[in-house]
Amino acid sequence: MTPEMKGFLLLAVLKMVVVFTVVMVGVALLTLMERKVSAWMQNRRGPNRVGFAGLLQPAADGVKNIVKEETYPAEANSFLFILAPALAFIPAMCLSAVIPWAAPVDISLDRTLPLLGHVRYDGRMAMAVADLPIGFLFVLAVSSLGVYGIALAGWSSNSKYSLLGGLRSSAQMISYEVAMGMSLIPLLILVGNASFGDVIKAQQDGLWFILPLTLSFFVFLVAGFAETNRLPFDLPEAESELIAGYHTEYSAMKFSLFFIAEYANMVTVSAMLATLFFGGWDIPGTSWDQNGSTLAAVATGAAMFLKTFFFLFFFMWIRWTLPRFRYDQLMALGWKFLIPLALVYLMIIAVAVWILEAVVGIADPKIKALILFGMNAVMCYVVFFILDRGTLVSGSYRRQVPANVGS
Amino acid sequence: MAIGVKVMKRPEGETSYVRAALRGMRLTFKHMFQPKVTMQYPEERTTADARGPYAIAPRWRGTHRMMADEQGRSKCVACGLCPQICPANCIKLVPGEDEHGNRYPLIYEIDEFRCVFCGYCQEVCPEEAIHVGVHFENAEYGRDRFVYDLERLTSQTHPVSTLWDPADPKGE
Repeated sequence: MTPEMKGFLLLAVLKMVVVFTVVMVGVALLTLMERKVSAWMQNRRGPNRVGFAGLLQPAADGVKNIVKEETYPAEANSFLFILAPALAFIPAMCLSAVIPWAAPVDISLDRTLPLLGHVRYDGRMAMAVADLPIGFLFVLAVSSLGVYGIALAGWSSNSKYSLLGGLRSSAQMISYEVAMGMSLIPLLILVGNASFGDVIKAQQDGLWFILPLTLSFFVFLVAGFAETNRLPFDLPEAESELIAGYHTEYSAMKFSLFFIAEYANMVTVSAMLATLFFGGWDIPGTSWDQNGSTLAAVATGAAMFLKTFFFLFFFMWIRWTLPRFRYDQLMALGWKFLIPLALVYLMIIAVAVWILEAVVGIADPKIKALILFGMNAVMCYVVFFILDRGTLVSGSYRRQVPANVGS
Repeated sequence: MAIGVKVMKRPEGETSYVRAALRGMRLTFKHMFQPKVTMQYPEERTTADARGPYAIAPRWRGTHRMMADEQGRSKCVACGLCPQICPANCIKLVPGEDEHGNRYPLIYEIDEFRCVFCGYCQEVCPEEAIHVGVHFENAEYGRDRFVYDLERLTSQTHPVSTLWDPADPKGE
């Protein structure tokens, strides 16, 4: 192996270890945060017995889940039953590989290490495990693999509740994937490339995409909630209807894997929201974070962390605020509202960008973004204040109310 | 509608889901900064005469207590009314008689596992001897420790239940 290749591999492995550790520890702390936030929102205190302010609670939970008995339902398909948690867990973990967590750093490494020999790395290193040129397309592709784990878990458990949960989850995730993918096409039109680096660059040149593409953000946010099976879209679990849905029959660490997968997906979607619509690691109004220094990487990493953390909190905030949708409302929202909205919005943005670039000929991305922002404000008003009335979540009671009410 | 179910007219034309959700989020966010109501149990404990959110009702029916007279003997005269009325059949009473002809319980045991804490024993007792207590900390290391004998019942010190509200004895 050449020293360059060794250097690349060494850094890649280091990044892998760091990201994997941070995500796993983060997921553990998120379970605590979820319980704390839920407690505070209900005027309770939350777990505060294990360690200082309950900080060791995740460790206690982890130990408990590892030493607990693993149960296997009778007549379950044991191969798929064991495989399913892994199938849910692996894609969730893969996703965190492509997110750029901080600004790229200039690295010049040229030394001889024990065991490895001579390693060399020169140039700019992206702060993502894999800086893929296909960027968020990879996320869309791999995140949809997670549905296999859930559907198989539901099927292989040989339990009616689990099967219903699995079916619901596959229907839900497939429906919302369409809206999710479509909501990102306007972004693709503005950026011209799918890689995260270019998306962030475009936002630094123009405006954060939350301003010119608010409706895309809205559709992506709602679809993201549905993709991670979080409330108000946790129909696959739906405690009041399905006990625990697809993981009813799971115990101990296999159950934990589903839990970790859910929270890891939350982290990914939050990081995606931050990257695609809130400038990623961009600190607004600064451009010194592109010079490749370590200080810039730390500062931008902190910015990225704050943005991701906000969305993680937002996920919990929504969870403890909104009640669960009914199943027909869920499907109606996905197919009858989000997909048409994303399609119409895509057409409007495409036409607007064409007019701005080809007909009027505005080259400055900032002015372009401002004009789109103005347009967008009008569209948001129309969608949220006029179209929203009684249509966003339409009840099936409309069909059921008979003509002779009250007679 | 044969059975006359009342169908509500919902204000679907006026409601906006997004704005209603935002209002709900504002409410839950406000709750995060309100004072917490959880009692930190082993450190904070409630007492029978406590006031406020952690108070136990004076009508609480918990584990039993046998009242004693001035000489420290139990007030029970072994009349047999409480095992008679007990719906769970958890009271075991063997009566005895001393040389003056006074009846007293030779064996008086209450199986707290079978007890349904109805409070009939206290209500029926003519001597105001057996009471249900305002008390809930009953943990033990073994199941056999839950059959309370006479000595244990007499040595309890927790306050006893009033069974009904003194201000409104007939529940009006």
